Amino acid sequence: MSRIDVRKTHKLFIGGAFPRSESGHSYPVHDAKGAFVANAALASRKDARDAVAAARKAFGGWAGRTAYNRGQVVYRIAEVMEDRKPQFVDAVTMSEGVGKAVAGRTVDAAIDRLVWYAGWADKYAQVVGGGNPVSGPFFNLSSPEPTGVVAVLAPQGSSLLGLVSVVAPVIVTGNTCVVAASADRPLPAVTVAEVLATSDVPGGVVNILTGSLDRTAPTLASHMDVNAVDLVGLAGDPQTAAALEEAAADNLKRVRRAPAAEPDWTQEPGLDSLTAFTETKTVWHPIGI
Amino acid sequence: MTAKFDYAPAPESRDILDLAPSYGLFINGEFTDGSGTAFKTVNPATEEVLAEVAEANAADVDAAVKAARKAFRTWSRMPGTERAKYLFRIARIIQERSRELAVCESLDNGKPIKESRDVDVPIVAAHFFYHAGWADKLAYAVPGRPDPQPLGVAGQVIPWNFPLLMLAWKVAPALACGNTVVLKPAETTPLTALLFAEICQQADLPPGVVNIVTGAGTTGQAVVAHPDVDKVAFTGSTDVGKMIARAVAGTDKRVTLELGGKAANVVFDDAPLDQAVEGVVNGIFFNQGHVCCAGSRLLLQESVAEEFLARLKRRMGTLRVGDPLDKNTDIGAINSAEQLARITDLAATGEAEGAGRWSPECDLPSQGFWFPPTLFTNVSQAHRIAREEIFGPVLSVLTFRTPAEAVEKANNTPYGLSAGVWTDKGSRILWMAERLRAGVVWANTFNKFDPASPFGGYRESGYGREGGRHGLEGYLK
Repeated sequence: MSRIDVRKTHKLFIGGAFPRSESGHSYPVHDAKGAFVANAALASRKDARDAVAAARKAFGGWAGRTAYNRGQVVYRIAEVMEDRKPQFVDAVTMSEGVGKAVAGRTVDAAIDRLVWYAGWADKYAQVVGGGNPVSGPFFNLSSPEPTGVVAVLAPQGSSLLGLVSVVAPVIVTGNTCVVAASADRPLPAVTVAEVLATSDVPGGVVNILTGSLDRTAPTLASHMDVNAVDLVGLAGDPQTAAALEEAAADNLKRVRRAPAAEPDWTQEPGLDSLTAFTETKTVWHPIGI
Repeated sequence: MTAKFDYAPAPESRDILDLAPSYGLFINGEFTDGSGTAFKTVNPATEEVLAEVAEANAADVDAAVKAARKAFRTWSRMPGTERAKYLFRIARIIQERSRELAVCESLDNGKPIKESRDVDVPIVAAHFFYHAGWADKLAYAVPGRPDPQPLGVAGQVIPWNFPLLMLAWKVAPALACGNTVVLKPAETTPLTALLFAEICQQADLPPGVVNIVTGAGTTGQAVVAHPDVDKVAFTGSTDVGKMIARAVAGTDKRVTLELGGKAANVVFDDAPLDQAVEGVVNGIFFNQGHVCCAGSRLLLQESVAEEFLARLKRRMGTLRVGDPLDKNTDIGAINSAEQLARITDLAATGEAEGAGRWSPECDLPSQGFWFPPTLFTNVSQAHRIAREEIFGPVLSVLTFRTPAEAVEKANNTPYGLSAGVWTDKGSRILWMAERLRAGVVWANTFNKFDPASPFGGYRESGYGREGGRHGLEGYLK
């Protein structure tokens, strides 16, 4: 008799743990050809709120790390991903319906993207901040600081490279985040969660929800303890994006609007991805004896 | 209590200012009649009518946006070196007409002449001078963007607390970056913006580059909502800021919002107390407390609270409240009856909620809008006077024991515009500065502004920065 497979339950990733949805709901995930692959947790509004609470709890500690340390932690994610490359290639092949070679290049690009962002951790503040020559006897310095808790609606199409490209800049600058993964292609995000759990990222810095955006996105966009929202996952859906932008105004979240079409994630990102979720703080002190 | 010295009146002369009985809108380089109902602007210190001002309706705003759009074609393509020269000209004319502008500002706004003369107007000129120099150096303004482009037409809506200064914060960077503007000054303080329109004419600024549409909220809404406006810049209340954020949702408009605040001014027991008293007084009584970044929550370390309060009260007893044009005046008039009612109402709430109210002996003029410098003790974090922006000369005093508690209380607000910290210990300053969630942290100083220094808030105090290299990013793509 042949061995019976052990099938995996795909769960949410909240506060460093892997809970099922508190709602008890899951949903079927299909591969690109439409064949059933697995059930994934269908995150509820309550799961989204729990994830925000976890992200808020993690914020102070993560933002307080040194930039060098955050860079190391993000680099460590790349190391662990590299180690599990075959698993990611399988997940991308299955989710995005591409061949192994294309999937391999996508995984490489995702890992390289993490390395690229890791290097920015202790450099971008020097590029975008600095001393200001005010006309008086004052020391005056502007530095970028993390905005806080960022809700990220991850790209629907690019389930790994796109996901990594929107999460890395958010956390490398010291924010924590709640990510709503691609609804139809959640499995690479679940695998990323498992990488995060086994690298050095503190619990709660990245929280990943799977399931329909209809459930989680409005909760995240209107949540009063979320400071910013990246709507890129709504590329091509201007109506929903506008509604969420309007909801986000209730506490003046910083909003990264949804583009008309999903960006080409193979292009090197600009500094905008880092500065979109940072605040400039300017400190003054008199000079005297 | 130290008695006030009696000073002889020292009023600044109004002769330098020649106000017209009525003013039109400034569209396409010309003053034109408005289609709305003209309104009067009054001197809040006397309730005397200063001038009648046209109201722009939606059609007028549309004409202004069209003029700005037309001017954008040439203005945006003009070499930066040439655009710069217009801004330098404007800066120089502002310096030349500085006393006239200061008198006008104090009359229309109610702020003391020593502030309009020594703070507002010099910084206005500095703002144009600073940004003039950027116009031909934009390739160096945004890291990683060697060929930045202007956005187009900027719709700008500004408040009444620093009328001309807020105009400068909006207009100077917009123009330097190659945008054209439609600016709506506040309903109660339109006059210096209209003098600025004359300055644009004097500088031979091409028609349509700057358009000024006066009016109230509906005029502002028309500016913000106009489909051909590419950029909205607003300074004002958080409530209106949220309305604007909703109004632009789903559009391609870029937005910067500079909104309310409820800044904590934290005094540690090792602070140089007399210096800190001066800073606290400046933090809350500068410009009658009509300052979004005012240090309206004083956090005193318990061990020094009693002594500090005694010194603060003594100092408040020497503040001179009265004629804004008198050179000795420290606190001028509240800008409008409406604002006075809001301050009065919130102060009454403070008393009703159990906080201890105190003001020095203070003779207030019988005409005009006035509120004495006021402080509240025994304030808890739940009190409305500790949570809501009062935008007046009212200070709420809270206490703390440990630095961690100070940080916790300072950050316990939906706002995040500014914060102050007073201590002699350098490492503690930096520790506090790192943890205070605010866009501007003043350490052992307060309420300092400079064109080179970015200003703007965290959280519900808005987004984007004004001033410095950072401020240019709001006007470039």
